[in-house]
Amino acid sequence: MAFDEQKKRDFKVVGTRPVRPDGIDKVTGRAMYGADLSAPGMLVARVLRSPHAHARIVRIDTSKAEKIPGVKAVVTSADLGRPADEALRDTQDNCLAHDKVLYDGHPVAAVAATSAQAAKAALAAIEVTYEKLPHVTDVDAAMKADAPVVLEGRAYEEVPEGWSQNVTNHCEFGHGDLEDGFAKADLIVERSFKTEATHQGYIEPHACLASVGPDGRGELWCCTQGQYMVRETCAGILEMDASQLKVTPSEIGGGFGGKTTVFIEPVALALSRKAGRPVKLVMTRDEVFRASGPTIQSSTDVKIGMTRDGRITAAEATLRYSGGCYPNSTCMMGAQAAFAPYDLEAVKTVGWNALTNRPKEISYRAPGAPTAIYAVESVIDEMCQELGLDPIDVRLQNAADKGTKSSYGVTFQDIGLKAALEAAKAHPHYSAPLGPNQGRGLSCGFWFNFGGNSSVTLSVNTDGTVSVTEGNPDIGGSRASISMIAAEELGIPYERVRTLVADTASIGHSDTTDGSRVTFMVGLATIRAAREATQKMCARAAKIWGIEPDAVEWVDGAAQPAGPNAGKFPPMSLAEIAATSLKTGGPIAGHCESTADGAGVSFGVHLCDIEVDPETGFTKVLRYTVFQDAGKAIHPDYVEGQMQGGAAQGIGWALNEEYIYGEDGRLQNAGFLDYRIPVASDLPPIDTVIVEVPNPGHPYGVRGVGETSIVPPLAALSNAVSRAARVRLRELPMSPPKILKAMMAKG
Amino acid sequence: MRYAIPKTAAEAASLLMEEAARVLAGGTDLLVQMKSGVRSPEVIVDIKHLPGLRDISREGGGFRIGAAVSGAEMQEDAELVAAWPGVVEGVNLIGSTQIQGRATMAGNLCNGSPAADGVPAQIAAQAVARIAGPEGERDCPVAEIPTGPGKTSLGRGEFIASILLPARPDRSGDAYLRFIPRTEMDIAVAGAAVNLVLAEDGTVKEARVALGAVAPTAILVEEAGAALVGSKLEEPALAALVRACEAACKPIDDKRGTAEFRTHVAGVLAKRAARIAYDRAGGRA
Amino acid sequence: MKKIHVSTRVNGDEADFVCAPDETLLDALRDRLGLTGAKEGCGTGDCGACSVTLNGRLVCSCLVLAAEAEGAEIGTVEGIADGDKLHVLQQSFLDHAALQCGICTPGILVASKALLEKHPEPTDEEVRYWLAGNLCRCTGYDKIIRAVQDAAQKLRSA
Repeated sequence: MAFDEQKKRDFKVVGTRPVRPDGIDKVTGRAMYGADLSAPGMLVARVLRSPHAHARIVRIDTSKAEKIPGVKAVVTSADLGRPADEALRDTQDNCLAHDKVLYDGHPVAAVAATSAQAAKAALAAIEVTYEKLPHVTDVDAAMKADAPVVLEGRAYEEVPEGWSQNVTNHCEFGHGDLEDGFAKADLIVERSFKTEATHQGYIEPHACLASVGPDGRGELWCCTQGQYMVRETCAGILEMDASQLKVTPSEIGGGFGGKTTVFIEPVALALSRKAGRPVKLVMTRDEVFRASGPTIQSSTDVKIGMTRDGRITAAEATLRYSGGCYPNSTCMMGAQAAFAPYDLEAVKTVGWNALTNRPKEISYRAPGAPTAIYAVESVIDEMCQELGLDPIDVRLQNAADKGTKSSYGVTFQDIGLKAALEAAKAHPHYSAPLGPNQGRGLSCGFWFNFGGNSSVTLSVNTDGTVSVTEGNPDIGGSRASISMIAAEELGIPYERVRTLVADTASIGHSDTTDGSRVTFMVGLATIRAAREATQKMCARAAKIWGIEPDAVEWVDGAAQPAGPNAGKFPPMSLAEIAATSLKTGGPIAGHCESTADGAGVSFGVHLCDIEVDPETGFTKVLRYTVFQDAGKAIHPDYVEGQMQGGAAQGIGWALNEEYIYGEDGRLQNAGFLDYRIPVASDLPPIDTVIVEVPNPGHPYGVRGVGETSIVPPLAALSNAVSRAARVRLRELPMSPPKILKAMMAKG
Repeated sequence: MRYAIPKTAAEAASLLMEEAARVLAGGTDLLVQMKSGVRSPEVIVDIKHLPGLRDISREGGGFRIGAAVSGAEMQEDAELVAAWPGVVEGVNLIGSTQIQGRATMAGNLCNGSPAADGVPAQIAAQAVARIAGPEGERDCPVAEIPTGPGKTSLGRGEFIASILLPARPDRSGDAYLRFIPRTEMDIAVAGAAVNLVLAEDGTVKEARVALGAVAPTAILVEEAGAALVGSKLEEPALAALVRACEAACKPIDDKRGTAEFRTHVAGVLAKRAARIAYDRAGGRA
Repeated sequence: MKKIHVSTRVNGDEADFVCAPDETLLDALRDRLGLTGAKEGCGTGDCGACSVTLNGRLVCSCLVLAAEAEGAEIGTVEGIADGDKLHVLQQSFLDHAALQCGICTPGILVASKALLEKHPEPTDEEVRYWLAGNLCRCTGYDKIIRAVQDAAQKLRSA
């Protein structure tokens, strides 16, 4: 649409760094998160979970639990229907197991009681008879023909001969003649990699407060990345009309993709419906690790051909991902992302998913991409070492650019990979001297970014202030960005705008906050809503002035005659128009309920210096710099924050974070003590360089920045270790015992 | 379940005679165990209000540290830190700043973890625990308190009231190092404490080396100490120290580290801790 | 299970509550006294989101029994600002965008305040080690360290 046409403009608000509107609530303890709301007569709920990795549920007897004083409701899957939709059924079964438990921690029953003590006693009184089944937790083992089958009847229609029925998803991408490409190569390197599953590690456990009345109407307060997703899913599971369930998103204590589904919300609603009272259900940290959604576990083969001067002639990758116990298509995003940074004549990627007895994978920041790009960037780095080439020069030589046909079929528009690589090459970090046992690593990263659907209402209040109502939970400062965009578009100060995230009954559908889409899409919807409002305000001014509406234009926060022929009137400000609006035609608001493509892909480059203790294998990160294309940074502080936060998470993934399963298939490290996310003393300052190559799909040039930053650290750290310790690991995490073992084996 | 605040040691001992009674000092282990269901005490005996249990007192040139003294309080006692830097740094490595505000050296000992950071340096220091119980008080070397993972030699009704760190001779120094995958917040994969006394010429006169997380309890490695005696920490002495430490390790493979890794790192840490202790004792290699 | 009556002081005000003997101070603050600023991120002392001061000492309130608060002085995030006047640290966190989701922020503010009261001029490394028990998953800590150091500088020159 014409409104979205991009023109060079001088921004007044966009690009500044105002204090976020929810800031004071968050530094004073007033902000209300998922577990912070209580209701009169509220019950406390607890969930009974499987102690087995894989077992048939023979019988569940809840009669003793129901008799415990204070226990008001007990639910199992028998209290729910069987949705016809397969994906919804999987989600429901993940919330309350049906027939079989598929992983350690799989919920089998839940209770609501007047006290935590009574609820705990009730859990102990529920008798579950299990028939233990053989389990499999490793992706490569799960693909073998003799592997225990996690779910019957879900195999991909063309599973290759000799593979297990656990293989559920398959995809292929690419173009060009691989054979010809490899024939042109001076060096061909083929390697296999493995990465363990990691967890988003948000500090706030899943929490909700549910209330369903005897009239069947429900209210739900919860920490989620998508209140509409919660409403649709819960309404489906509980067989309610969506209109009868109001979902209010609380402040959210981190999500990173992990709060894009439901785990406890349908259970709390079912308990509340049965008990006739409000029910609060909060996960423990142990439950979060065992039974919310970690990432995929991966096993990847990469083969790359290169000329001796660094031109990639052919590239191929096979990805084997396990998204846990239900079919999962994350392998597709990995296969699409693997070679996205490069302009290749011949490329092929194949993705497979296999079921394992692990919890259902849920998105974690650029799902599928970090492990795929880790493998590719490791091989490219090894080839640079082998051929004695500069790692940035080789990447610049092969980098995707405007017009490149990507490995997954899309032809790129303006992209910032080369700009990010040039910025890295020019940065003092790249040429800083290194000491003994130190090494420098580099990696590119990529994420698609999404647009999708969002709704925004922008109301012009009679006092000249503006209220923006939107439907996307703010997980990293988006209310500030949206307010800034509204202020920019309307030509009023940032302080005059307040943006609120609304419940499902207060504004139309908005897709979940994911895919790095909020600043792009809600921002776009805000611009459109603001332009609708300014058009209306121009019309009001025209009416007051007695001229044609199209003879009025909106400039610097005021309506003014468009050109000398329109008449001579002094500009009429937003505040002036707003003050009389109720007498000139009624309230003024702009709306946008829409969908958008054109999110604009995002590239980044990370540089890191590390030191490896040659006697212990301990890796210390000494210096870290992130270069990333933001298109246009609306609020640079929060763009930098995304770049830094993703880098820190990626560093954790590379070095110490992992799901550790025992022989019995049970998770051994379900807590922050042994699931080791980086602590403050583990990290150096994380420097940031924002590159701005405008996204042609957005009027300000915005592209999402949330996800790309977790992609490069895996290979950047591994590439640095290969230089510092002179050993190349092909397995993550690179925990000290693994590095030391490799160093000692090398001697 | 009850929560009790005894006012005398006898009252505490009598409460601890009850079924499923547990001592509460800093609570940083007990509350975690209660949360996970590992322990469900019937009586929680809060010993923090007993006389002397929150004090660090001077005794015979040494330091008597009450069982309810937190790690942070130990760190704030400059004389204690100067005399026993290794013991204090061991205790201070237990958990975060927040944990330091509560966790105690005696609690770390009584929890019975083989990986307890507060214990090896106490053993190397020849610390002695004063145990209160139904029969009154008795003294026991700290090294004899832990008997296996989660187990101690304390009898029913007994609790540690204080721990004595002995007086320091001239030219003495101690150090504790542990290995963890991060820089903070982890359980030791291996730990090593070294306590040295030097002769006037700087040779090692006495040496005690204790290791953590490489056996069912923290262990004193006499051969490792012997390897250093008579040396100025020259390479052959350090190599002998490392060999003795490695030989003494009987670790397990678990989620925190392989047996092979623990064994190797224990030797590395002992060598590094020896150098620090030597330096603190005023020696110059 | 017989309940216990506890008389304590929270942020300078008298506070009384009744709790179960195994109830944590964190649960009592949140569920009995309505002070939900301290958060439960783990319940095992590994994340620091529940940080409060107990008689001036920084602790995890999830690892303190509510009954232990008898006669004590508790300080929580709700007591950091002076009425409508933010503490220098709070303003610094806003100015430096040192929070994203904000769930760790109350604990980090309580811990940082305790740090600066004890060490008014910490090095970056000292700040990082002091805050090692306060997990933040959003920021990578960079802006948090800057905010604490800026506040320290302002407090020193105040």
